[in-house]
Amino acid sequence: MGTMIIDGQLVEYTDEKNILAVIRKAGIELPTFCYHSELSVYGACRMCMVEDKWGSTITSCSTPPKDGMEVWTNTDKLKKHRKMILELLLANHDRDCTTCEKSGRCKLQEIALKVGVKKVRFGQEKKEMPIDDLGPSIIRNPNKCILCGDCVRACQEIQGVGVLDFAYRGSNLQVTTAFNKSLQEVDCVNCGQCRVVCPTGALMIKKDIDRAYEALQNKNKRVIAQIAPAVRVAIGEDFGLQPGEISMGKIVAALRKLGFDQVFDTAVGADLTVIEEAEELMDRIQRKEKLPLFSSCCPAWFKYAEQKHPELMENVSSCLSPQQMFGAVIKEQFKKEHSTDERENIVIAIMPCTAKKYEASRPENTINGERQVDMVITTQELAIMIQENGIVFNELEDEAIDMPFGFTSGAGVIFGVSGGVSEAVLRYYYKERNASTLKGISYSGVRGMEGVKEATAEIDGRTVRIGVVHGLKNAEKLIRKIKRGEEKFDFIEVMACPGGCIGGAGQPIPQNENVRKLRARGIYKVDKSLPIKRSDDNPTIDALYNGVLNSNRHILHRDGKH
Amino acid sequence: MDDCKCSLVDGILNKYDNNKSHLIAVLQEIQNEYKYLPEDVLNYVAEKLEINLSKIFSVATFYENFSLVPKGKYIIKVCDGTACHVRKSIPILNAMRKELGLSESKHTTDDKLFTVETVSCLGACGLAPVITINDKVHAKMTPDSTIELIKTLRSEG
Repeated sequence: MGTMIIDGQLVEYTDEKNILAVIRKAGIELPTFCYHSELSVYGACRMCMVEDKWGSTITSCSTPPKDGMEVWTNTDKLKKHRKMILELLLANHDRDCTTCEKSGRCKLQEIALKVGVKKVRFGQEKKEMPIDDLGPSIIRNPNKCILCGDCVRACQEIQGVGVLDFAYRGSNLQVTTAFNKSLQEVDCVNCGQCRVVCPTGALMIKKDIDRAYEALQNKNKRVIAQIAPAVRVAIGEDFGLQPGEISMGKIVAALRKLGFDQVFDTAVGADLTVIEEAEELMDRIQRKEKLPLFSSCCPAWFKYAEQKHPELMENVSSCLSPQQMFGAVIKEQFKKEHSTDERENIVIAIMPCTAKKYEASRPENTINGERQVDMVITTQELAIMIQENGIVFNELEDEAIDMPFGFTSGAGVIFGVSGGVSEAVLRYYYKERNASTLKGISYSGVRGMEGVKEATAEIDGRTVRIGVVHGLKNAEKLIRKIKRGEEKFDFIEVMACPGGCIGGAGQPIPQNENVRKLRARGIYKVDKSLPIKRSDDNPTIDALYNGVLNSNRHILHRDGKH
Repeated sequence: MDDCKCSLVDGILNKYDNNKSHLIAVLQEIQNEYKYLPEDVLNYVAEKLEINLSKIFSVATFYENFSLVPKGKYIIKVCDGTACHVRKSIPILNAMRKELGLSESKHTTDDKLFTVETVSCLGACGLAPVITINDKVHAKMTPDSTIELIKTLRSEG
């Protein structure tokens, strides 16, 4: 607690860790590249410098506030200083703005404009470092890197994966992987959190837009979309809507305009996952073996577990993720119609996630020799496609998804937020179907934005302990505790991205905890508005188990196990 | 990585209690052993010390003294400190590079016999210009005497 004087204005502070937060609270916007409230303070970009009353300059992001402190944020000295730094950054930057995909969303561009850089006085340095586009999810272009280190910290501090770091020295400094390998060759889990924080076009989503157009224009292909829960509460942000605003109806309408033949909801796949995973868990609890069971929906977590904890792989659920389950089901369903309609079926998943691209490309994720999901388009890519085709998103009339997968349950939709899988599984176990049971589950501890959550439930006289984590670093901590015998769980839900899929790297940027909270609220709102709350109450699911999945349930599991 | 390599690296790591704060010392000992930092050894170190490989790469590329590529049998260091520089160390360096087909970016000959590097000061300014070959000091060198020396070494193989 205390008071500061910022630009002559008296400002109170409470628990802010640095002057920058106090300054922003006072309504003054200081530019920053390397400051993210959720990552550690680095103090590299020097854009947030302020001047104290003695005329010396300090970085506001790494200086804690003190009572009676007096700072100025926009003196001539500071303006000159910021301009100079930007000019130096730009002189080293690949300035292909007109063809850069980041143009318009680029922080470097935005701040240079704001600070008023009209001319770069220094000669352009031409760097021609190779672009890494070998992986399925992320493209790394070191020529656009401004060395802010945001990706290094995101990878290390959120995921604990740490495939990126600074290397070399002085003017040769680079952000790169060990031995300059491609992201595909190192332990990158494709979560894309690096690209969420990257201010420039140095880290970008690998786009599959052109492949999607090609399929959509081909008359011999039936193009089928499945839309993940988290997409509907975020895509609007790219069209000026508030985070959390539900635009499922508009997405369906837009996809039809883009030429998709069938549009479905991945929440149906999630319903299947709930049932399969809940039964797998019950089975293991009864046999008292291979516990805890880890969820397998998140492909970044799955890859992490494979790499780091191969000994735990038999504890990871054999269920495919909702995306892959639903892809398999769609392919089976339309295979039956092949006699009357010979078009090739192409499943395009609309996902909030970059790792889903990798998941879809995994060689074992195939059915009858073809891929369960042919391609994955992220929320942001879909927004680009909508813009490219001149569709006015905000004015679209809501449309409904297609049959035969027309019904979704709230349990399927809440998969989009951390804790959702656990909540959906609990709903399946509780036999009473009244509102107070549902409310009880929602307060059991599975909801919320904390990195590690715990919940206990009584099922058939047994106490089941559930752990919910997001961020692989949190997962690693929990795994270590379990290995040391300090914690005991029956089920652990792991999502790599902060807040779960709503905080995925395919979602619109900027992203922060506030945005994620609003998106989560949107998801729970969808759940509330749906008449079907439990996965097994969904008539679509019944029809599937009696239809294409009849004696075919193994297609929902990894390695055809069941 | 084979067992013999493992036990060697384990020995080094144990000496430093498998403590990641001693990474630089560990890397130095590994380099003493192998004359460079082999990738598979660094992988092993990363696993044992629980550090990311990218962090080790970061440290290894920051310091000039660490090398990620194998070095030659004879490591020649040309002093380019102030005293040696004014007494014409650069012509010695250039003559050697020309003789061995090396350059600023290529330090080791293809037959892995010679590595030529510069150092900032060897602390033997009275003997300038100085070169060392595998840590043996050769004083008051000229381009011609250096080439002679290389030729002798080459004939010895």
